[in-house]
Amino acid sequence: MSLQVNGQAVAMDANDPVMLIELLRNRLGLKATRLGCGLEQCGACMVLVDGEPVPSCGREAAAFAGRAVTTVEGISAGGLHPLQQALIDEQAGQCGFCLSGIMMSGLALLAANPDPSRAEIALALDRHLCRCGAQNRIIAAVERAASVLRGGGVHAAG
Amino acid sequence: MPPGDLPPSLAANPRLDRWIRFADRNVVIATGKVELGQGVLTALAQIAAEELDVPLARITMVSGDTDQGPNEGYTAGSQSVEASGGAIRLVAAEARGLLAAAAASRLGADVADLAVEDGAFTRDGRPTNLDYWSLAEMIDWSRAATGAAPVKGPGDYRFVGQSLPRLDLEAKVTGAPFIQDIAEPGMVFGWVMRPPRRGATLEGFDPASLGRFGDTIAWHRDGNVLALTARSEHALGLARNILRAQAIWAGGEAVPDQAGSPDWLMGQVVSDRVIETGEPPVAAGEPIVATYSRPFLAHGSIGLSCGLARLDAGHLTVFSHSQGVFPLRGAIARALRLDPATVSVMHRQGAGCYGHNGADDAAADAAFLALRHPGRLVRVEWTRDDELGFSPVGAAMAVRLQASLDAEGRPAGWTTEIWSPPHAARPGTNGNVNLQLAEALPDPPAAAPAADIPDAAGGGGIRNAAIPYAVPGQRIIHHLITAQPVRASSLRTLGAFANVFAIECFLDELAEAAGRDPLAYRLELIGDPRARAVIQAAARTAGWRSDAEAGTGRAQGIGFSRYKNRAAYCAVVAEVEVGEEVRLSGIWSAVDAGLVINPDGVRNQIEGGILQGASWTLKEQVRFAEGAIASRTWDDYPILRFSEVPPVTVELLNVTADRPLGVGEASQGPVAAAIGNAVARALGSRIRHLPLSRERIMASLLAD
Ligand code: FES
Ligand code: FES
Repeated sequence: MSLQVNGQAVAMDANDPVMLIELLRNRLGLKATRLGCGLEQCGACMVLVDGEPVPSCGREAAAFAGRAVTTVEGISAGGLHPLQQALIDEQAGQCGFCLSGIMMSGLALLAANPDPSRAEIALALDRHLCRCGAQNRIIAAVERAASVLRGGGVHAAG
Repeated sequence: MPPGDLPPSLAANPRLDRWIRFADRNVVIATGKVELGQGVLTALAQIAAEELDVPLARITMVSGDTDQGPNEGYTAGSQSVEASGGAIRLVAAEARGLLAAAAASRLGADVADLAVEDGAFTRDGRPTNLDYWSLAEMIDWSRAATGAAPVKGPGDYRFVGQSLPRLDLEAKVTGAPFIQDIAEPGMVFGWVMRPPRRGATLEGFDPASLGRFGDTIAWHRDGNVLALTARSEHALGLARNILRAQAIWAGGEAVPDQAGSPDWLMGQVVSDRVIETGEPPVAAGEPIVATYSRPFLAHGSIGLSCGLARLDAGHLTVFSHSQGVFPLRGAIARALRLDPATVSVMHRQGAGCYGHNGADDAAADAAFLALRHPGRLVRVEWTRDDELGFSPVGAAMAVRLQASLDAEGRPAGWTTEIWSPPHAARPGTNGNVNLQLAEALPDPPAAAPAADIPDAAGGGGIRNAAIPYAVPGQRIIHHLITAQPVRASSLRTLGAFANVFAIECFLDELAEAAGRDPLAYRLELIGDPRARAVIQAAARTAGWRSDAEAGTGRAQGIGFSRYKNRAAYCAVVAEVEVGEEVRLSGIWSAVDAGLVINPDGVRNQIEGGILQGASWTLKEQVRFAEGAIASRTWDDYPILRFSEVPPVTVELLNVTADRPLGVGEASQGPVAAAIGNAVARALGSRIRHLPLSRERIMASLLAD
């Protein structure tokens, strides 16, 4: 069996009990996916599976056979993604530990809703914990990325 | 400046080469302070770039390294920019002066005729072929700093005062910059089991239970330390579950379920100290008395505590996200009976750190296991259960306030009584090792009695106990709870959070008794113009509404403090809607942090502090059951979520006053008070105990 990780086929034994996050971090060296709880409660480990945000800490990698997994490394392969750039532009983050997972839910939201309201963004990110209190800047970054992706440029800050 | 007048960080580390090195057209600036997510390395780099006249990109920061950097103790108390920034400013200015003198003597020119652009000297505007890097070898950098070099004035700043982007953020949205990401082939994964109660002994453990793992798992026992090492994280996880189910522990100190409640706090054995002895004047009215409290709080970093260590030819190298690599080196050496000279500790970034969390303990765990696997890098990462169950917790507090009002309705006589365990249990505090691992070793290092942070360092339980208002006859009594079954230590703001919450809420109670608007009452009682300015600015941006709306379910509240009574000024207005629970509809704040190095960085810190403080205020409480911490998952220990976050406005005032004042801990106390006061007005009755949870709101509504 195999799964696609950032467009590459990764072969594995169907009986291998390794968790998806460990496959990514320890075997493939894709360290941008972060472990925060291992309990599917904080969102730090979120990845995209066929475009949907899924925590990678709670399920075995084998459960994702035949599916396409995308991580932060996958979205930044061709340079900074507009959402990453927007997080930098808004200085959205303090420690930044929560951001990898949040980007995944943000991307899924933007794919489904190119012009989300503040409340829609908050709802889409509600599974994610940020202990530093950077939520408002993160919401602003998703709004900014939405605007860039719509080709509308960025509204002047302020 | 005579050497005795050097700022403390520089006096303790006078050699210039402890702070600055010139290499490869870069300036390496070493600091003892570490990045905890607060943006300090960017601010310090800006200060160095400013005095050296090089762009920020030329600065490389080395931070928290016992081999290569200055010993600046802990990164704590919102002092990094003041302390390390002050030292770096003088060192960079002195380095520039030495290099300019060297250039002048080479050129036979006057120093006054030279200027620097990007580290290169020009003479009367023309290039000279001399730059910092070509001249650096001429200077003996092992000399002691004099602190006497002239520094730039605010009028000449090019980098200081600019909102330059954080140096670390791009790596954090693209890559693997955290300590948890360090790996190498052959790395060993380790875990140390914690006794379920402090002082518990390991009664039973059957090594055969791990038999099925063969040689992929090794176990290690030393006294009450029981630990595992594994070749893979997965195997470690499976073996850990077996150990948790299988090991039998006995005895130890059980934490009562009520620990942290006001009754529990006020019922403990205490050591009393009177700090302010003001005699209350003969007051007109009956005394007004109220008791406030906050429970034990968890750090709740989103990342997990992690440490790595390797023993090579008798030298132990430790990587840690500790706040104090030098004290940690000393504590690890003492606990494991090593010569400190054979131990190096290097800081690597972890997830946001809000005080004394599990970082040091994880580092000690890794060091213990590295001694058992010479030549191998050993990595210890805690689980969420370890993180919430065994990290130090922020100390619970009860604060009883009493005041009378004079004929004009002003407080006359004010007594503050504080019950609190110490807020200080870091490695090295009071000469104690203070590592969990050490407590379980067969022959643990002797422990000195617990004590709080000294008053000169801002105090622990008494931090911000002194009221900033003009009140005759202020008394402060500190009831220090010395024996405690739960490991309480420093959490951002230490005692200031509970004290400011209590004092600022009580002030609203007095205002109400005096029939005054809370904003007007504060302004009547406070003279400091910087305090008045932030209070007025916060009220103005919030569109302060006087208290016509009491009991309508929707209201504003205000809170103010000057952190530690000597750092940044911060006023906050919160607007709430109270139904069955509290919904925050907006928060406005004004801050005077003196000289601001990076305005956006300060705003980011204040915003974060406000939201973390709001989370503590509305939701958080460590709970106990069966003698131990019972809140072990994010379900048991909820924090503020995206959908609960209100818009936050931060206004910075007075950004060029000449001393920078730390901001990381300035907003939490005021925001708690602002929310507490807003909720009291919205409900028409006051809840004095945190958190202002759904249960407490419901109880208050039902009591009416
Ligand atoms: S680490 Fe997976 S949700 Fe927390
Ligand atoms: S920025 Fe630190 S947890 Fe979100």
